[in-house]
Amino acid sequence: MPYTASDLRKGLKVEMDGVPYVITEFQFVKPGKGAAIYNCRLKSMIDGSTITKAFRSNDILDKPDLEEHTLRYSYSEGDDFIFMNENFEQVAIPGSVLGDSKYFLYEDCEVEVLFHNGRPVEVTLPTFVEKVIVETEPGSRGNTVQNVTKPAKIAGGYTLQVPLFVNQGDTIKIDTRTGEYADRVLKK
Amino acid sequence: MRLLNRIPPEAERLAAARGVLQIRARLLQAIRSFFVSRGYLEVETPVRIPVPALERHIDAEPAGDHFLRTSPEFHMKRLLAAGYEKIFQIGPCFRRGERGRFHHPEYTMLEWYRAGANYLDMLNEMESLMAEAVQAVQGLLQTPYQGRLISWTPPWERMRVADAFRAWAGWDPVAAYDADRFDRDLVERVEPQLPMNRPVVLKDYPAEAAALARLNASNPRVAERWELYAGGLELANAFSELTDPTEMRRRFTQWSAERQAAGQAVYPADPAFLAALEAGLPPSGGVALGVDRLVMLLADVRSLDDVLPFREPLE
Repeated sequence: MPYTASDLRKGLKVEMDGVPYVITEFQFVKPGKGAAIYNCRLKSMIDGSTITKAFRSNDILDKPDLEEHTLRYSYSEGDDFIFMNENFEQVAIPGSVLGDSKYFLYEDCEVEVLFHNGRPVEVTLPTFVEKVIVETEPGSRGNTVQNVTKPAKIAGGYTLQVPLFVNQGDTIKIDTRTGEYADRVLKK
Repeated sequence: MRLLNRIPPEAERLAAARGVLQIRARLLQAIRSFFVSRGYLEVETPVRIPVPALERHIDAEPAGDHFLRTSPEFHMKRLLAAGYEKIFQIGPCFRRGERGRFHHPEYTMLEWYRAGANYLDMLNEMESLMAEAVQAVQGLLQTPYQGRLISWTPPWERMRVADAFRAWAGWDPVAAYDADRFDRDLVERVEPQLPMNRPVVLKDYPAEAAALARLNASNPRVAERWELYAGGLELANAFSELTDPTEMRRRFTQWSAERQAAGQAVYPADPAFLAALEAGLPPSGGVALGVDRLVMLLADVRSLDDVLPFREPLE
């Protein structure tokens, strides 16, 4: 059963022209004695672009074929990242779908993957991952100014801002939703 | 974040609504005293009805083998046909699927009808009602709303729909009507241009948007219908009532066919209402006013939710 305009609401996922969208804003308006207008802002689940659209009562929208699976990361091969699914089958996800997330993967890392028509479109990592700093300038001790950061690099070449007290060889926590430094992991 | 999104507990929310409830109570009292002093009879007609009023774009909420009324209009016209000349009613109405900043599926409607009056007579009465009601609730004829001051002093500005559309939407829906474009441009182009600091009345709708209004005798391209706007809100709708049973049947047939084609629920034409028209409905004027929206204005709040303390959450 496809959706009708009266099903529309914030958070609903719909498909238009083969693209899955999530409704990020929704407003119901209805002129006196007239037909309802359902104003929506929609975000593409493929490339994140947003569009606005006014739907009318008799508009019909497709339900996207979406499936979520938990996959376990194995290794990378060229620009593909190879995961293992629940049935121990290999699934390749292109780096372009992963975006910066590809830098935060580690062996056996469990990720939630959203498939649209069987094609992976969105990969959600654990919120925090631990990574070793492979390159950064030494921090100047005694600098007490707050919120001062410096660039640091992790394996794979991803660069992020870290506090001055973080040194090369340190392990840090990265927030995968923002790609930003979250915390330093102290050695036991 | 958690604190900001927290829904206040029941008692806190209801206690905070005291000011709004007081405004509503004073408004209802002022409305009743206005109509009673003018010789109107307050009536109550059934809320749970066997056949909902058939209109092109209004869906009724089913209630078992009955429906909840979308307006008291047909029953009140049956009273007019039976010789009641001045009647008013304040009560709950229900519209399926209407939920937004200015819509709630259950709301309070004021409707009044007067035999022998036309839509412009009703507009004069609407001006007097608002002057008296706003004065009674606020002690002056001005309503501060969302940073502006709405002055209710009559007479209000009247604007023909054709003129408003020509000015702001670049076309004349009375000359050549396009239903989809009319609704869209009304909401997106015309309504945003209406003055915010005083009431304004859009009148003389295209014949195709007549709803239950009669067409003008000398110019059948326009329907004798008006809508009152204030502060960006559509507050009231009025007609010179359609009393011709043949034309009424024709519109019912057309709306049924259009609803069927659009996959909407189709309701039978209300036989008791048609019988009343056949028996003879006197020429009459009628107005329907959204009481909750008026409370919104008088309470200076942005959303209908703010005047409905028991509303269900929007999302």
